[in-house]
Amino acid sequence: MISIKNLHKSYSMGDSSLHVLKGIDLNIKEGELVAIMGSSGSGKSTLLNILGMLDTADEGEYVLDNVLIEGLTETTAANYRNKFLGFIFQSFNLINYKNALENVSLPLYYQGLGRKIRQRKALEYLEKVGLKDWATHLPSELSGGQKQRVAIARAMASQPKVLLADEPTGALDSKTSNDVMSLIQQINKEGKTILVVTHELDIAHMCKRIVTLKDGVIVEDQKVDQVIVECHV
Amino acid sequence: MFSRDRWQEIFETIRKNRLRTFLSGFTVALGIFIFIVLFGFGNGLKNSFKQFFLDDATNTLWISPGMTSKPYRGFKANRRIEFENSDLIDIKDNFKFFLEDITPRINRSARVRYRGESDNYSTRAVAPAHQQIEKTLIMKGRFINQDDLLNKTKNIVIGRLVAKDLFDKKNPIGKYLEIGSSAFKVIGVFQDQSGDREERLIYMPYTTQQLIEKNNDKIDRIIVSFRPELGYASALTFERQLRLFLKKKKSIDPRDTNGIRIRNVADQIKQNQQFASVLQLIVAFVGIGTLIAGIIGISNIMVFVVKERTKELGVRKALGATPKSVITMVLQESIFITVLSGITGMIGGIALLSNIGDRLEEFFIIDPYIDNFTAVVATILLILFGAIAGYIPAKRAASIKPIVALRDE
Repeated sequence: MISIKNLHKSYSMGDSSLHVLKGIDLNIKEGELVAIMGSSGSGKSTLLNILGMLDTADEGEYVLDNVLIEGLTETTAANYRNKFLGFIFQSFNLINYKNALENVSLPLYYQGLGRKIRQRKALEYLEKVGLKDWATHLPSELSGGQKQRVAIARAMASQPKVLLADEPTGALDSKTSNDVMSLIQQINKEGKTILVVTHELDIAHMCKRIVTLKDGVIVEDQKVDQVIVECHV
Repeated sequence: MFSRDRWQEIFETIRKNRLRTFLSGFTVALGIFIFIVLFGFGNGLKNSFKQFFLDDATNTLWISPGMTSKPYRGFKANRRIEFENSDLIDIKDNFKFFLEDITPRINRSARVRYRGESDNYSTRAVAPAHQQIEKTLIMKGRFINQDDLLNKTKNIVIGRLVAKDLFDKKNPIGKYLEIGSSAFKVIGVFQDQSGDREERLIYMPYTTQQLIEKNNDKIDRIIVSFRPELGYASALTFERQLRLFLKKKKSIDPRDTNGIRIRNVADQIKQNQQFASVLQLIVAFVGIGTLIAGIIGISNIMVFVVKERTKELGVRKALGATPKSVITMVLQESIFITVLSGITGMIGGIALLSNIGDRLEEFFIIDPYIDNFTAVVATILLILFGAIAGYIPAKRAASIKPIVALRDE
């Protein structure tokens, strides 16, 4: 599903430049649930952003679902993001003046679907994350865990090939974290490829494979026995 | 542009961001409203100015006799100069090229009686040409004509207010008024835009006035009009030559400035018109200033709006919004608001102006108005600059990487 070769990325900080990714090679097959671990500054978020086409690499090859991603214009990148990728952010990034249903239907709007279909689909995904009854609530009326579940529904709604989660539990307490991870596991079970960036070991162990980054290189890449978490919602 | 879905998305955004919508809408509406009201007031000032100064014919010279201040050719100083009928003929004969018309004017005031009513009125004894020069409008009957002059008829033309005072609503034409000790027949009623004072006058043939006053040939003053196509420079030449001619005829020292006084309306009109154009300039300056303030206001708000939305735009981009769709969304929203509020402000301003009428006459603002063209152009200008002001930050927001926009807190 995802194949990257020799990925490099540096950021210029005034005069000096910071080499964040120093040649990453990674292959992820369809249906995998991969945790990308590392301490802060290890380059894990940068890697995820490049995979998500939110950022571009300086060097290297990136193939997503047999499509070589290179020399993207903003417009084609936007179209790829819409078609292939779903994002889950640490800070949820819901649009605060739109209610849960409208937030979930937003990627469908950018897919050019009609209003009725959008609402039907959005409701379907809200139901999937157990928030059907909260459809008309604004993000400010939802708890952190609920917000993240809305964000997951939103990421799922466009039926992407890959879900990218950047510290999805970073802003949540451990109980809610488990709920969210359980949801992610469930989605993965249905066959979706998911990448989770985290610095928490227990969260990483809820995935099937852990890729550890340190100082911009992969230092460890191992399959693990998945810890299945119960959903309490 | 006309996708129903996109409009729905925009209406939703507008509805759910009331403060933002109100701020930008209010700025535009207020900007255009103030512009229209100020511009209209400027035009109202110009209207009162016109009423004060631009009522009479502009191609006239008013010649009045005075007292000499210098002795000349055996005459002592302080001699009173008088005009007489021969002066009229001489001017006619000598200035054919310049002259359009000529009339004498003899001012008197007299007790006027009609049946039980009586009052004091000013009379003006004139020639027919006076009608053109003073722009007297005949409401009923006719003005003094050449026959009246030749036959020294006791015909008079009375002002609208004289008719109202003495005859109330009855028709004065053909009635006889007693002026002094003679009876005069009313042959016409006139009105004059210069105001009430002018409409309390009585016109009669100057020959009749002279007959009453022991058949003399004296004239108080002479008013001549010159051919308007001659232009301003020729008018000055005419004035200079006329002055020289009269001084020579009346034996006045050519350097004496007091013997003959000539008021050139063209000269005055030119000054007045200069004043009017200065007024116009001030109005334009104030108008443009207001408009620029409005443009700056809407630009600021647009920058603020886009800044506030940076993160939202980043989220939208992460979810698959193309830069183009981000820009069009921001622009369409801002244009929609500015068009709506711009038109509201425009209509509000025009409505206010048309309701004022002459209510502000004491502040010299009469019938303030704005022509549709200026109003529409100003509104379009504000909308256009609002759009440009929205486009620049929207384009920037659309071109920054979504990851940067998402990091924006």
